[in-house]
Parts: sequence; C-alpha cells; structure tokens
Amino acid sequence: MIVADRKKIPEIRDMVCRHKRVLLVGCGTCVTVCLAGGEREVGILGSAVRMSLKLAGHTGVQLDECTIERQCEDAFIDVLAPRVKDYDAICSLGCGAGVQTLAERFPSTPVYPGLNTQFIGILESQGVWTEKCLGCGNCRLGEFAGVCPITRCAKRLLNGPCGGSRQGKCEVDADRECAWQRIYDRCVALGTLEQLDAIAAPQDWSTGIDGGPRKVVREDQCIVGLGPKA
Amino acid sequence: MDQEPVILALCCHYCAYAAADMAGSMRLQYPSSVRILRFPCTGKIEVNYVLSAFERGIDGVMVAGCLEGGCHYLEGNLRARRRMERAKQLLDEIGIGSGRLEMFNLSSAEGPRFAEIATQMHNRIVKLGLSPLRRARSEVLSGVAVMAQASAAAIAGETK
Repeated sequence: MIVADRKKIPEIRDMVCRHKRVLLVGCGTCVTVCLAGGEREVGILGSAVRMSLKLAGHTGVQLDECTIERQCEDAFIDVLAPRVKDYDAICSLGCGAGVQTLAERFPSTPVYPGLNTQFIGILESQGVWTEKCLGCGNCRLGEFAGVCPITRCAKRLLNGPCGGSRQGKCEVDADRECAWQRIYDRCVALGTLEQLDAIAAPQDWSTGIDGGPRKVVREDQCIVGLGPKA
Repeated sequence: MDQEPVILALCCHYCAYAAADMAGSMRLQYPSSVRILRFPCTGKIEVNYVLSAFERGIDGVMVAGCLEGGCHYLEGNLRARRRMERAKQLLDEIGIGSGRLEMFNLSSAEGPRFAEIATQMHNRIVKLGLSPLRRARSEVLSGVAVMAQASAAAIAGETK
C-alpha cells in the first residue's frame, strides 16, 4: 500500500486560510489503512485545522469534512462531485495520486495536500510502516530471494553486501536491517545460496521514474475506438 | 461567573467515576468547574472526542483512568494515555497548548485523590486562563451537554 503521514496543522492552515469554504476530503483506501487520511483522521484534522484557523484570526473560513472510498479513480469521485461546487477549495487527505486526480477532475477548484506521501510499504508492526518497493518498473525480486536490495539497501547494491553490514544491521542506520544479510539468510533457508555466486547485471533504470512519468497500457482493456485516453 | 472555567473530567466507570462518587460521599470539596462524564473505559475516548471538546470552547479536559495494570479491559487506560499524548501534540500545533489536557490514573477507592486531581486541574486552567476558543458560558455548557450524550451512548453500548 501507499504510506503517508499528515502534514503539521499550521502548514495545512496556511494553505487553506485564504478561502471561505474548504472541503477536507479523506480517502478510504491506502491512507485509511496507514491511519493517515481515513474518516477518523479527517475528523481529527478537521477539528484541529478549524481551531487553528480561528486562533490565527481566520474566523470566516468554513471547513467541512467528507471521505470517499477512493480518490485515485475518477468513478469514485462521482459521489463527491455534487458537493464540490459549494466549496472554494479542497484539502485532500489522499496520497499524491489522489490529490492530482481531484485536481484534474475539478479544474476550477484549488486542491491542497494534507498529507506527505512517503512510500510503497507494509505494516511492519502496529503503528510502524516500512518501505518495501521503489516502483522501479523492472522487478528483480526473483534474483534476490524476495528481498529488494534497490529499496532496502541504503546503497542500492545489486552485488552486496558492502563492508558496512554489522551483525545484520546497516552501517547507515543501526536500526535498519542489512538487506543483503536478509537476502543471504533467505537463500540459505531456501537452499539457493549458489545463485548469489552470479554477478547481478546492472539495473535498467530507464524503466524507473528517472525516465519521466510512466504509464501502463492494457490495450485489451481499453474501450474500443477511444484508446488508452478514454 | 462567565470567567469560571469549564473543565471536563472524562472518567472511567470502573475507577475514577467511582472515586468521584466516593469523594461526594465523603463530602470532599472540589471546584464546581469540573464536569464529570462517565465512560466504560478511558480506552473508549478518541482523540477526535477530546478535540471536539476544545472546539466547543471547553477550557480544559482531564482524562481519569484506572491505575496502570488495573484496567478492567486490560490495556484500555494504556491506549488512552498514548492517544492523549497524540492529542497533546495536536493541541500544541493548533496553538491551544497541551497543558489544557491531562491524563490521570487512580483507583476506585481513591476519593480524596479524585478531589485532589480535580483541584489540581482547576488551578492549572485558572493559571492558564480561559481557552482562547472560549465562547459564552451558556454555549460552552450546551457543548458539554452534547458531549455528555456521546458518553452516555458509549455507556449504553457497553451495558447492552
């Protein structure tokens, strides 16, 4: 899932303070699960921002709340659309994709982010989320026993470990696991240690974000005659 | 009278609420600014609920749960403490200040302790002054009534 965390209240307040009517919109998908932008967080942040606005002298700002099932898909925004005309601005508690989908759907309404989108990750333990995938567009987890060195090794080494692996921890941060120790341990457990004898080829970074924004097109799923733009 | 603070005491049914009852039975005095609301457990109290109290112009909130290790629901009071820490952080960011919220732990046998923490909280709020979001007293008390409905609903849900 996409993991995010909230912005500080004064930052949100300063973004929305020049508008009269603001709609705080939560998202019921990833950010609900990572406790950043679901219905409950919308209630908390809504209350907090309203109080902060009043204390800063912006008494004329009306801030209302709602949460939709998913912000990053146009069909789910349909339920929100009739309400938006009553507001001067939207503050989205969705991820960056949600914010931008709302901005595209409502071209004449400013949309502000209430969260900082962090990464694609997992729930490690209650209240702790960790990054697991960089979205490089060229997955090689099969070569590395299901542990991604591109995301989880601080140096992104494809032929590790480096000399800074310390009792299973990374020299960059003593709390961070050494990804290469994890790869080695997994290979031992799977009986595939010999696969680490091979030199891993350099990564093709052209499939990553460095090549510009990416797109996945499934022609068989596109509506005939309308193409991928439909 | 309009300058008297309004403080909510969000009390666990199994400890602080019984302690407040005992304080009354013992004829102990504590400030009338403290309004008691009963919850099945402090673990039932959400951050949102606490913030809504401040949004209604209430000057201070004290959350009173069981002694650590003594929660009827095992760890409700421990969860409440962590939630209140988060609420305090938000109150600082908002500009209200975390000092207007405090969590206490006590047992049902501690009537004098309830009177003591209620007085302590009252004195703290008097020192801080009325909330910067304070409204007319009648409006604040109407807000307390609305908050009381939510706590009553929580209790009703618990006893069903």
